[in-house]
Amino acid sequence: MADPRRTAVTGVGVVAPGGTTRDAFWDAITSGRTATRKITFFDPSGFRSQIAAECDFDPLAAGLDDQEARRMDRYVQFAAAAAIEAMADSALPDGVDRERMGVTLGSAVGGTTLLEVDYVAASNRGKEWLVDPEYASPFLFHALVPSTLASEIALKFGAQGPAVVVSTGCTSGIDAIGYGHQLIQDGEADVVIAGAAESGISPISMACFDPIKATSRRNDDAEHASRPFDRDRDGFVMGEGAAVLVLEELESALARGGHVYCEVAGYANRGNAYHMTGLRPDGEEMAEAISDALRQSRLEPEDIHYINAHGSGTKQNDRHETAAYKRSLGDQAYNIPISSIKSMVGHSLGGIGAIEMAACALAIETGVVPPTANWENPDPECDLDYTPNEARRTRVDAALSTGSGFGGFQSAMIFARPPELRREAA
Amino acid sequence: MITSLPTDRRVVVTGIGVVAPNGIGADVWWEATRAGRSAIRPISRFDTAKYPTRLAGEIDGFEPTEYVEQRLIVQTDRWTWLALAAAEMALADAQFDPGEYEDRYRLSVITASSSGGNEFGQKEIQNLWDRGPIFVGAYQSIAWFYAATTGQLSIKYRMKGPCGVIVAEGAGGLEALWQARRTIRRGVDLVVSGGTEAPIGPYALTCQLRNERLSEADEPEDAFRPFDARASGYVPGEGGAILIVEALDHAQERGAPQVYGEIVGYAATNDAGNPMHRSTDGTQLARAMSLALERAGVGPDEVDAIFADAAGVPEADAAEATAIREVFGARAGTVPVTAPKSMVGRLYAGGAPLDVAAALLAMRDGVLPPTVNLDEPAPGCELDFVRGEAREAALDTVLVNARGFGGFNSSLVLRRAAA
Repeated sequence: MADPRRTAVTGVGVVAPGGTTRDAFWDAITSGRTATRKITFFDPSGFRSQIAAECDFDPLAAGLDDQEARRMDRYVQFAAAAAIEAMADSALPDGVDRERMGVTLGSAVGGTTLLEVDYVAASNRGKEWLVDPEYASPFLFHALVPSTLASEIALKFGAQGPAVVVSTGCTSGIDAIGYGHQLIQDGEADVVIAGAAESGISPISMACFDPIKATSRRNDDAEHASRPFDRDRDGFVMGEGAAVLVLEELESALARGGHVYCEVAGYANRGNAYHMTGLRPDGEEMAEAISDALRQSRLEPEDIHYINAHGSGTKQNDRHETAAYKRSLGDQAYNIPISSIKSMVGHSLGGIGAIEMAACALAIETGVVPPTANWENPDPECDLDYTPNEARRTRVDAALSTGSGFGGFQSAMIFARPPELRREAA
Repeated sequence: MITSLPTDRRVVVTGIGVVAPNGIGADVWWEATRAGRSAIRPISRFDTAKYPTRLAGEIDGFEPTEYVEQRLIVQTDRWTWLALAAAEMALADAQFDPGEYEDRYRLSVITASSSGGNEFGQKEIQNLWDRGPIFVGAYQSIAWFYAATTGQLSIKYRMKGPCGVIVAEGAGGLEALWQARRTIRRGVDLVVSGGTEAPIGPYALTCQLRNERLSEADEPEDAFRPFDARASGYVPGEGGAILIVEALDHAQERGAPQVYGEIVGYAATNDAGNPMHRSTDGTQLARAMSLALERAGVGPDEVDAIFADAAGVPEADAAEATAIREVFGARAGTVPVTAPKSMVGRLYAGGAPLDVAAALLAMRDGVLPPTVNLDEPAPGCELDFVRGEAREAALDTVLVNARGFGGFNSSLVLRRAAA
């Protein structure tokens, strides 16, 4: 077959803890500022992990109207705000064909927040299994089905092409962008609003990670609780937020003179088929995904200038991921700056993968690699260059991001400056 | 070694597994479906006195222990049990033993879900609020989220290829099958795909009441009457179908016992209409059908039957009938249209895969299952409906429609395998 169509990233929008716009987010994470804190959304006493990276977010200030703010669950609001920013950034012409515009968005737990709030009322705080339907709010069906995330964004921007939500747990963000990329590759859409959103800082979401000890209990030192690759890491810190990218067929993006951040040079995912939450230490399946993405991109390990790690800060994840990098990139793994921005913005489950891809696009754009905050003590099993604590200025032509999640899913995506734009940037 | 770049590999269905309200197992279900046996009846799983909707399509006699090992039963929701059961049947039907397969990266799982493990979730939220955080069980984190079914299937059969979880309400099942095709064209050999749903719990039903589409009828025959003049909405059903989607070359090489049909075309569109997704004029559904046919290289005159989305909501039925007329023009009155889902209710993510299973078996047997409760087509819905009883018909090409709350429209084209 002829070479498939290529995908450009022409717009970036971010709502993250510590920075609820693209620029504020980038400023915060390249300054190494952490946004993790004691939970304020509800009283977390009684929970094992009582900390999270919360967004200080006002839907109206972010450009939503009152009806949207009322109708949309928090995670959808995040996506809408990020999409407003990304669409403005892309400066698509007014006449863009809406029938060729798709929406692919990811979320792991969807409308959990509203589902829980309404349940508490309708069941009298869990006392009645047979809940009283009278107490359900008018938009509760929107909350039950996370497809609402895609339909609300399609509605908002009049996108009449394919719309879908991808819900592969913690790799949802990368997978949703990968899905949009494949729609463009296959000619099913010319423009895709792609990304992911999550608002999982709710009692039930926090509670479900307590018994499996996945989250950090460094409750008296919230600011330094998310410690990816550090010897003393003790679990992830819950986050929330969204990122939305405008994906566009590369030739047409260049032809219209659109600003191209980078292209989606490779995307792959694999299942470890091993355990819903456990990871084998060798990182074989993530390494397979990375190698597949590299082959698609026709890049060599030497060409990767930055790795944005999943780096959740659990004991097993960081070890697993370090092994996967060595396995797929060989000795070059030691030479590439790696960082986990979860050290600052926490782990927003299905949303974070998209936020991390936004960070990769911005790293290529600005020539700055964000750091891993809170990295103090080396772990002998994690012996790569994790860009500790301070951002690094360096040319980034290609960035790799990886994700790993419950269900055993392992995803890898490479963003690269298109070769035809490399000289110009030099 | 897979390099996930698109090729033009052909993609077929070689195995069918069904867990439906009117039959467990493809053979039992297909016989009931051909005979027009409805399974819509009063909900038995909980007391519905407080609910305006009291009927549904429940699966009779589904015993999870027959299909799922005990250890897994406590870790998963009913929706996942249904998929584990259907997947086992589908693999057996395709005579494919994943345990013997060498390259695990060429096997994938891609399912659709709409409400995830809602019943498991309700129990744990209840534990949390009634008793406290430490009473939330360790399996909540892996049972409730929408990826649980795909994850469990991939682990059970050690399928390590690109996995997927699609959510597009009632249209998601068709999207999952097409994503299976996209994935096979990128180097995978076989995908366990389709979807199931288990939406009949007290809280899930409460949530569904808010979509303004559920029927409040008291009698089963009044509860879901798609395209009928007395249509009053729909009732939910549980279950669905898991299909074995496979590269044609792979099926031939391994000597698969049958090829039910080829997946040749698909398109998805969105109405982007209004926030409560009240019915639009069917323009975007018509566009999905036309695009799917175009991608399949099939003209409307070659379509032998349509499996309708059949919302059961008057305006939505009228929109679908209008869309069919728009695409088929003068032929619209003579293309048979059917909706076997009238026997089981709307199964959300499980509904479209079940319709695809019905379409494939209809092609195999040369017989279209009927639409039940369609006595008098509503004004504007005058099409050639298969109603009352099954109809014999030579079927080579079939179109399957599916829509989802949120303005989702999907249309899939299936071709009968050459004899």
